[in-house]
Amino acid sequence: MSILVDKNTRLVIQGITGREGSFHTTQMLEYGTNVVGGVTPGKGGQWFSTDSKKVPIFDTVKEVVEATGANASLIFVPARFAVDAIYEAADANIPLVVCLTEHIPVLDMIAARAYLDTLNVRLVGPNCPGLLTPGEAKVGIIPGAIAMPGSVGVVSKSGTLTYEVIDALTKLGIGQSTCVGIGGDPISGTNFIDVLALFEEDPATEQIVMIGEIGGNAEEQAAAYIAQHVTKPVTSFIAGRTAPPGRRMGHAGAIVEGKSGTAESKVEALRVAGVRVADNPDDIAKIVASRQ
Amino acid sequence: MNLHEYQAKRLFAEHGVPIPNGDVASTPAEAREIARELGGKVVVKSQVLVGGRGKAGGIKLANSPDEAETVASQILGMNIKGFQVNKVLIDEQAPGGIDQEIYLAVLIDRARRLPMVMVSAEGGMDIEEVNERSPEKIFRAYIEPALGVRSYQTTYLASAMDLPRDLWRDFHKIVVGLYACFKTNDASLTEINPLVITGSGKLMALDGKMSIDDNGLYRQPRLAEMRDVDEETAAEKEARLSGINLIQLDGNIGCMVNGAGLAMATMDVVKKFGEAYNCAPANFLDIGGGAKSEQVATALRLILSDKRVKAVLINIFGGITRGDEVARGIIEALDQVKIDVPMVVRLAGTNAAEGMAILADSDMETAVTLSDAAQKAVAAAKGAN
Repeated sequence: MSILVDKNTRLVIQGITGREGSFHTTQMLEYGTNVVGGVTPGKGGQWFSTDSKKVPIFDTVKEVVEATGANASLIFVPARFAVDAIYEAADANIPLVVCLTEHIPVLDMIAARAYLDTLNVRLVGPNCPGLLTPGEAKVGIIPGAIAMPGSVGVVSKSGTLTYEVIDALTKLGIGQSTCVGIGGDPISGTNFIDVLALFEEDPATEQIVMIGEIGGNAEEQAAAYIAQHVTKPVTSFIAGRTAPPGRRMGHAGAIVEGKSGTAESKVEALRVAGVRVADNPDDIAKIVASRQ
Repeated sequence: MNLHEYQAKRLFAEHGVPIPNGDVASTPAEAREIARELGGKVVVKSQVLVGGRGKAGGIKLANSPDEAETVASQILGMNIKGFQVNKVLIDEQAPGGIDQEIYLAVLIDRARRLPMVMVSAEGGMDIEEVNERSPEKIFRAYIEPALGVRSYQTTYLASAMDLPRDLWRDFHKIVVGLYACFKTNDASLTEINPLVITGSGKLMALDGKMSIDDNGLYRQPRLAEMRDVDEETAAEKEARLSGINLIQLDGNIGCMVNGAGLAMATMDVVKKFGEAYNCAPANFLDIGGGAKSEQVATALRLILSDKRVKAVLINIFGGITRGDEVARGIIEALDQVKIDVPMVVRLAGTNAAEGMAILADSDMETAVTLSDAAQKAVAAAKGAN
């Protein structure tokens, strides 16, 4: 068991022929992800080929769904066209849309999220590394080699910081059920609470690691949710304790504005909710190990 | 990206928000001429992208063109919290004086995922302070993008803050205008503080603040041109143009990391181990995905251009990027940049061992864990303090 993606995932890649899209599609195919089709408008009928595999390319997502029964989409489309790609996947009745694209304007995401909610489509991202269910499906760019199957669910706003944690867990012999990168934008399709709820229900997940960062109050809301609804042990880390106010730390959402969005407030809320918060990312895997 | 007050107010005015007559001056002589055209009674306001201008002496009244020239000569060239004043806005004084100051802003509520109008009758001061002291005096209305600002919402806001009834109609127009300005310009904040009731009984935006969503700038060419390079340091600008995300801070340990979250975490760990020795991160720097030697070299050069840097910490998690490639990039970078401070390198993830082997021949210190790397960087920097 796992959440959101597994061996039954039938994935379509939007933007499969682009530089990023083609590189990472190859990686996903090597990992064993069931990539059933790709979309690049104007290149329908061609094939995406690796040494051992061939994936048909279509002009539209609708055609892929009709031809292959795709049930998840991964978007590598550049920022100016990415929102359109999200709408297209949703209109083709794809229930899970994962958008890796960075730099989508926030007002566009407000509109997109509102529309997707009316269709019951789950969006993960944008500006995220995607999902990985070790041994079953890699839907995104989380390196497969550092993960192993197991019982720790990982949810994070960050990319490489998450890889650190996955790597450290694996090195201690602790596997992961599913790793979910929700992204660091101010408006996301899926938030901490959504993923916490899924991990809580997933019988294969025994512990949860939640990696947050400065900006907004998603971590505080997650803390309140954990106190009420999560019975599994949660270990956390909040990046950005040293960030100065008013400066955006890389991610569009990672900014301390006045007194809101500070690491202190998030750490405090999580501790009150019974979450073990590591002061140092190196300690996360050790804490998880000690709680097994 | 933040706009100057005069830029924000001009954009507000395009959407029907009343602002004082005024213009921008770069010299005292220009200030004098503008003041003369405005009839003499003006306010001279420094245009720098930082709060607290008034307290710092960057905003002053002048009652004649002569006085405007004198005041402008005092303010121009001033340094306010590290920002040099290159421009002053010369505005007419509010007609009939100021009866009341109101706070009005449109911003994004991340939790509700909607634009929000926020008002308070306690204008003219820091809204954070109001929120802390008397949160019940702040009122909010959420805007559904498909519906826009509805009149019942502005009626609620006006009534909640006891705005005189004869101003409700004008207030509605101002909120509608400010929201339109927010939306059409891809803003993340449009703020009027204060929105005043003048002695002659009119609403007027005396100040203006506006932040633009950087991700929307591609479709806002006019705004992209308004970027004030003074807002960023020369190094930050060069970094931005090279696709590197750099924010310079006050510490002495330069950090080069891939990924924003890991970059923040690296800074946090440096600070944690360095605090006792007066060592702290000198910057936030994310070289982005797929670190190429060129970017590594540029990043190193920019880090070292800050003379306060006494040690450099490179922390790279090879995910898709392979550790050996990064290591070769670092070696290449060393040929291009003269390094005269100690460097600590930590590579982890894919092909980290191969990468570390490549670096073993250089005289760089290497580290296995992030904590190890941070402690070594602190040890190197504190010796130089």
